[in-house]
Formats: sequence, structure tokens, C-alpha cells
Amino acid sequence: MRTKRLVELAKTIRSKNAGVDQITFDVIFADRESYELVKRSGALTADVVSRLYAIPRERITAFVEYDPAPAIKFTIRRDRPSGSPGERDVFGAQQYAPLFDLRVPLDA
Amino acid sequence: MSILSPTGHLGFTPIERGSFDLGVARRPDAVVADSGSCDIGPQPLGADEPCSPEDWQRHDLELMLLAARRLGVPMIVGSASDSGTDRGVNQYAEIIRGLAQRHELAPFTLATIYSEVSRDEVARRLRHGTRIAGLDGRADLAPDVLARTDRLVAVMGVEPLIRALDQGADVVIAGRSSDSCLFAAPAIRAGFPEAAAYYLGKVLECASFAAEPFMGKESIIGTVTRDAVTVTAMHPAQRCTVASVASHAMYERANPFFEHVAGGVLDMTGCRYEQVDERTTRVTGFTFRRDAVYRIKLEGAGKVGERAVAIAGIRDPYTIQNIDAVVGWARAKVGERWGEPGARYQLYYHLYGRDGVMGPWEPQRTPGHELCVVVEAVAPRWEDAEVICALGTRNLFYARLPEVKGTAGTAALMMDEVLRGKPGYEWTVNHVLPLADPLELCTLKTEVVGA
Repeated sequence: MRTKRLVELAKTIRSKNAGVDQITFDVIFADRESYELVKRSGALTADVVSRLYAIPRERITAFVEYDPAPAIKFTIRRDRPSGSPGERDVFGAQQYAPLFDLRVPLDA
Repeated sequence: MSILSPTGHLGFTPIERGSFDLGVARRPDAVVADSGSCDIGPQPLGADEPCSPEDWQRHDLELMLLAARRLGVPMIVGSASDSGTDRGVNQYAEIIRGLAQRHELAPFTLATIYSEVSRDEVARRLRHGTRIAGLDGRADLAPDVLARTDRLVAVMGVEPLIRALDQGADVVIAGRSSDSCLFAAPAIRAGFPEAAAYYLGKVLECASFAAEPFMGKESIIGTVTRDAVTVTAMHPAQRCTVASVASHAMYERANPFFEHVAGGVLDMTGCRYEQVDERTTRVTGFTFRRDAVYRIKLEGAGKVGERAVAIAGIRDPYTIQNIDAVVGWARAKVGERWGEPGARYQLYYHLYGRDGVMGPWEPQRTPGHELCVVVEAVAPRWEDAEVICALGTRNLFYARLPEVKGTAGTAALMMDEVLRGKPGYEWTVNHVLPLADPLELCTLKTEVVGA
């Protein structure tokens, strides 16, 4: 099966705080074809995110396909509020890297 | 009506002058910026300290003040000095007074709006049975959580800002504010529909982040009509495109379709985006729904303890392979003297080179050929945090592993020293409080400056 990595298909992949209790992830595409392909493929869904980040499904508080950008966007509730003792990423800005290597089937 | 937005966080890094001057040359009807965020963590609010140097804050305020006074239009700055406490409002008001004197500005009216809320006031409302609902999955505010809170601010909506403008304010320095409301307030006051006004605020609040390519601290201008908002990048190399403006609706928000503000919600589900010229995008189709009950967001932070940090490195592949056992050993040695972690202390091992950035979310758990271990200890007293951190770090050095070859020390200490960090704080309050009157938690003062 021919595949591409998500990082090859997306223009922007980023993460950032959405308030103090959540981190939101944006996967933005340069063209509608790539966006539709990833949507169709099932390579990036709430279940995939749940497995990839080893978090229960209910911690994903939003999963949105956002046509105007076009982008796929999801949000994860943090273990603890941002900046608490033990914090690893105050701004939530470096949590997206594992998404790069998701394999997207091209024949979907 | 056009509004110039020069920065997404006044004072955080200095405003870029070139695109700001180009924006001012377009003669906007107001110059508006927010100066705060909850992104910076709970410490600035809890300790009531700015996280930006006053030099940069003054630089940005000076640019905006001189331009606004020259144009004769309102200047509005909210969330003063990073967290929007009363201290921040007073600090910025004092900077404005000093700048007016130094530049010998003609007299103008300065409004200050305070939105800090005392813990006693919130406790009183709780006692009277007011439900203070948690946001983003939090439980309702309980008295014990409030008791752990050192400082609270209410995130104001448009009403106090409109009141200040009604009283003739030329310059408004506001406490903690919803970013988009700072821009929406002058537009609503000028008679534009709430939907267009709040969308204008939403798209302008982070300045050049709504444009591409990526640049921070560059100016953009938004123009509102009854049913449309157009937004234009001022930096010659930046463009506001359909993609950049639509993408911005997602930025730092859990959901790109809805923006909650005090009193209602902006619905962007039906937004249509069109490119008007190379650097300008036009947006239509937004709606605004008022909430049945006016609710205002409360932010609060409380101190957890003093914080000590130490750094160690590990290079021995056998030790790296057994790093969890090494950390377990060090934790156990701390536990022997201090008991289980909890109210007395907290102890964290950040394993850079394995999962220091992502912790349990990290799917790629193969460590690198060397690890950096940052040991973080938090305890009510600094002296305790310091010794716990030292104990927890030195025991990385003495870890007992069955087959270790390096029997003269199992860690490299960058220095045998414990560093004092700023105290650890926690966001204790991220809740919404119902109000009978949108102005009831605010104090508004006006004065003539430069007389």
C-alpha cells in the first residue's frame, strides 16, 4: 500500500495551550486534496490520537474537521493546569511531533 | 470604522516600528492592544509580578500613546502588565502619566478600569449559594480550592470599556480583559452589530498572527461594516489570506467555530472568507448569541511552594537502560527522610533525551545515548525544597544497579548545586461567575492627564 507521512501532506502541524487546562492541535493543509485525502483515509481520528498519546478517549475534548482552513483540529485536556509544578511544556507548544509520522494511505 | 492592532501581547517583546507607522498612516479610528495572557503560567498572577521588562512595556505604550494622541483617537490597552491585576493597571497608568509629561502632550482623559476580585468577595458569593461553574472539565469552585488561591481577576467584557469611552476617555488602561472585547467595545459603541464587532476583535487580537508568512509583533488593520470585517496586513511582506485568517480562528482555541466572551458567544460556523486584494481578506457570515445569564470568567492562582532545581547528566548506556530504577532509587532515598510526596513536598524527574518534553504522552520511548535529568523539588519552605532537591539529585550519583561498571558515580553533575527557581504556583480558578450587572466587579476611574 502506498502511503505518505502526515508531515509530507500538511502545511502546518502545531500545538498550543487553549486556556490553562487544554492543549489544542492544528493540522493545516495547503490544498484541499491533501485535506480530503487525510479525512477519507482515517489516518487521523480521535481513536488514533488516543492510541498515539496513550490517553483515554474522553480526554480528547474536541475533534473538528475545519473546512475553511482547511484543517483537522483536536484538543486534549491536560493532566494538570499549565505551569503547575512538574510542568514540561508551559505553552503546550511541543506536543505535536508524534503526528508527523502517521502513515496516510494514498489509495484511500 | 478601522482599528489598528500592533501586537498580540503588549510588552512581551517590543512592537515592530515599520508596520506600525504604516498602519498609523492609514488613520485608524482607534489603536488597541491587549497586554496579557494566561499562557505565561500561573506565577505572574499568583505572585502579582509582571513577566515583561518595564522598558519594553514603556516602549510599546509610548508608540501607541503618541500615535493615538496625534490622530486624536482612543487608545485602549487591556490585561495591563501581563496578568491584569490592579498593580498592573496602576503601573501602566503611571507610565502613561510619565510619557504625557515627557512629551508635553495636550491634556487628555485617562480611564483606569480595575477588575481584580478579592477572595473574600468570591467566598461571600459562594456562601450565598452562587454556583461558580468550572470551565474545560473542572468541577464547580469549592471553598477549599478558593482557600488555596492567592489572587483572582475577572476577565471583563465590553461594558466597562464602553462606559469608559462614554465618560470621554482618550486612553483606557484596563485590568484583565477578554482580548476580543477590547476591539469590540469601540465598534459596539459606534453602533456596529455585536457579531461584526466581536469578530473584528477575534481577528485582530493577535495582530500579525492572522497574516502569513509567520511574523510576530507586526501591525494589522481591521475595518468593520454592518455585516463584514476586512483585515489587512501592514508589513509589506505579509498578507492576510483566506487561509491565514480562517486558520487564526483556530489559534489557541479548543473549537474554531465558537468564541465565548462575557455575555455571549460569537458563532463563526457560517463564516465566509474572500480575498479582496493581495493583502486583504473579507469575512462575513458570523453571528452572536447573548447568554440568558451574564457570566464572567474568573482566573485565579495559588502558591504551591518554593521551587528548587538541579541538573544531572547520564552517559553510561547501562545506567540509561535502567534509568527508571535509578530514579526509583533516588526517590526512595528522599522518601526515607521525608515520607511520601504530598503536602510536605513534591519531586519531579524530567528525563530529557527520553520523555522530558511529553512525559507519559511520548510514544517514542527509546532514550538517546545521553540523558539530561532535571530534578525539581517543591516544598512550603525554601530550605526544605533545597535539601530535598539535593538529596534527590545526589542519589542519582549513588544509584545501586546490579551490573554497573562505573562504580565511582552513576551521574555527571553539571555542578553540585541547587538552583532557586521562582515559587511554584497553580491555576486554581478557571471558572465562570454569574453577574446581575456586567459592571458590578469593576471599578472605573477617570482623570485628566497633562493639565
